[in-house]
Amino acid sequence: MTDIAARPAPRLFANPWIKAALITAAIVLAAIVGARLDGSGTLYKIVIDPFQQMVSAPDLLAQTIWEGLVSGVLYALIALGFVLIFKASGVFNFAQGIMVVFSALTLVGLYEMGVPAFLAVILTLGVMFLLAVTIERVVLRPLVNQPDIILFMATFGITYFLIGFGESVFGGNPKRMITEQLYLPSGSIDLKILGGLVSLQKIDIAAAIIASIMIAALGLFFQYTRIGRALRAVADSHKAALSVGISLNQIWVIVWFTAGIVALITGIMWGARSDVSFALEIVALKALPVLILGGFTSIPGAIIGGLIIGIGEKMGEFYWGPLIGGGIESWLAYFIALGFLLFRPQGLFGDKIIERI
Amino acid sequence: MNTKTMMMGAALGALMTAGAAVAPAQAQDSIYFANNAYRTGPFSGSGIPIGDGMRDYIAMINARDGGVNGVKIIYEECETGYDTKKSIECYEQAKSKNTVLYSPWSTGATLAAIPRAHIDKIPILSMAYGLSASADGTNFPWVFIPPLTYWDGASGMVRHMANELGGMDKLKGKKLGLIHLDAPFGKEPIPVLENLAKKYGFEVKLYPVAAADMQNQGSLWLSIRRDRPDFLYNQGWGAMNPTAVKEAIKNNFPISKLVGVWWAGGDDDARAGGPEAKGYKSLNFNAAGTNFPVIQDIIKHVVDKGNSLSPKDKVGENLYNRGVYNSMLVVEAIRTAQKLTGKKVITGEDMRRGLESLNVDEARLKEIGMEGFATPTKISCTDHSGHSKMYVAEWDGTKWTKKSDWIEPLKDEVRPLIEAAAKDYAEKNTGWPKRSEACEKSS
Repeated sequence: MTDIAARPAPRLFANPWIKAALITAAIVLAAIVGARLDGSGTLYKIVIDPFQQMVSAPDLLAQTIWEGLVSGVLYALIALGFVLIFKASGVFNFAQGIMVVFSALTLVGLYEMGVPAFLAVILTLGVMFLLAVTIERVVLRPLVNQPDIILFMATFGITYFLIGFGESVFGGNPKRMITEQLYLPSGSIDLKILGGLVSLQKIDIAAAIIASIMIAALGLFFQYTRIGRALRAVADSHKAALSVGISLNQIWVIVWFTAGIVALITGIMWGARSDVSFALEIVALKALPVLILGGFTSIPGAIIGGLIIGIGEKMGEFYWGPLIGGGIESWLAYFIALGFLLFRPQGLFGDKIIERI
Repeated sequence: MNTKTMMMGAALGALMTAGAAVAPAQAQDSIYFANNAYRTGPFSGSGIPIGDGMRDYIAMINARDGGVNGVKIIYEECETGYDTKKSIECYEQAKSKNTVLYSPWSTGATLAAIPRAHIDKIPILSMAYGLSASADGTNFPWVFIPPLTYWDGASGMVRHMANELGGMDKLKGKKLGLIHLDAPFGKEPIPVLENLAKKYGFEVKLYPVAAADMQNQGSLWLSIRRDRPDFLYNQGWGAMNPTAVKEAIKNNFPISKLVGVWWAGGDDDARAGGPEAKGYKSLNFNAAGTNFPVIQDIIKHVVDKGNSLSPKDKVGENLYNRGVYNSMLVVEAIRTAQKLTGKKVITGEDMRRGLESLNVDEARLKEIGMEGFATPTKISCTDHSGHSKMYVAEWDGTKWTKKSDWIEPLKDEVRPLIEAAAKDYAEKNTGWPKRSEACEKSS
């Protein structure tokens, strides 16, 4: 079977996708043949057994894909927060994770102080806007036209400030997300299909729908509005954008505010699945492999990347994890991303950067 | 850099070194005790109630009794954020201030401190956490792990399973799943569980949770759904626990078959699951609630005076009371050390002797207002844990209740493993000091 790959076909190989597909096919075929000869050994467990499991228990397969899909959409949402700021200021916003925690804490904290749930959401949005204005005034404006690395380091500063500020205002105790008060559904829909039970959590369905709407709205906003065009101009060059009269300050505030909204929604959704505590900050780092895969500048990249990572890591953990003791999810995501990078170093949808020296 | 700035820098540097070299002179009438805390970071949910309980008991002893035999205890927290790197800084800081005891409050921090403490001669008290093998006093003269080790806990879980099934012989063919944090703490019970599984014929399935995925356990619970374990033991901490409780409910895993280690028994951990978390279980060795003279004294002397960091309604929660218990051990050890040495202000070396002769019996528990709060604990020269009893607590929807009788760990199974592991540790760490500290006559 390997002779397909070995046959000289230079034109075909010029396309990296075909090359990748052929190599993968060759590896898979070789492995299957090997596994057949191998009987019930390790190779069998890697290439045959998981697929047999998928066929014999399609309900679990459907459940795994659903779990992956939901996490994928949520990863995409987090990644979007990064992409927006990266496009506007060319900086990887290390503070995105803590913005998730901070916005969720503000929401729950305000509610605990007796503010009605929906008013608390509006007030939290106000706080996030204030935060965006402050960051623009205090951090970004003085650093305009500085090397990107300086801005990157500044976002570390923002992170530590927000951790300390959040802890001193709201304390470090974990809090419960106000799911019912926000009329987010609870419970699950149990589908008796595929010879088993597939249970879809209503909160997950809501998360997937809300995240999809958010992503679509943001995509349209930045694609078709004047501000969106201005944003893309800023992304290309600060100086050029300034020279045609685009207000860099205004764009930055808008982008950081949008990232704040994304953070709040992420915080509500992840908070509902667990609790609202500073541990949520780590969840945001799940977006890193998504960004590596999708490219730092592409909104579709964040979405597709999120889905690939989400489904890939859940499938990997569920079917192949037990072979090496489980708990492989966190690094598997990077592995998947790296696999794609071998063939597309700029990410799935990233811009090809050609720099001549 | 010109000469002037260089000289200024040198002067400043000299000043700073001088400052650091002068260790704060220990006041004549006080004992300094450094406690690691993590009121911040991903594990703060568990760290805050514990820190509050520890702090408040010491504050109560100082306020009510004027300290231990008239000597005030200076209690100082060092914030680690559950980060082992920071804990080492805290250790160095505690050492420079002549602490009588180092309280690491994380298994990672304990592992990092054990080799240092044996050189610096600072006793470590890792209460029911840390390295199980350190219960062997012969190889670890400076480490104390009362009242239980994680290995005792694992054996207690097996006994609980047998009780539920109706006898140790019913364990055969059953499946026990271990959800654990993929860190030194989480991995502690594995060797004992595997050993007991071999002996009693049940199967152990491991479900590791990476720290980054504490709140993202979807696929792990799918595996649990596939493997259908009969019981689940949760060696979890921090945000991992409420997530596990929620996921168990979500995945229709019978919540009453999910049993956490004592650290997975926070009120917030169970509360996260809402009304459906009723029936969630956790091993425990201290009582929850305020219905004990000791807690009432804390409320009277500390909380009501506004000197506590804890909100009043959280006083008496399970992890708060655990903190109180830990501080009680510290105070009792100081008392024992004072009695042994005849000194009022003791040193770290005296404290080690005090810990090694620690004997909190039923009568003593009653005297200090802790009757029914915990079972007696006795540490000896060779046995640095006491391998005391535990019980299974159950969440009734609003609070933790005592569900089972006191369970004794399978000491006969655990102790040989501990001694073997301790010997192994000493052999693998070349140059591990042979115990030179003499045993007390009484122990």
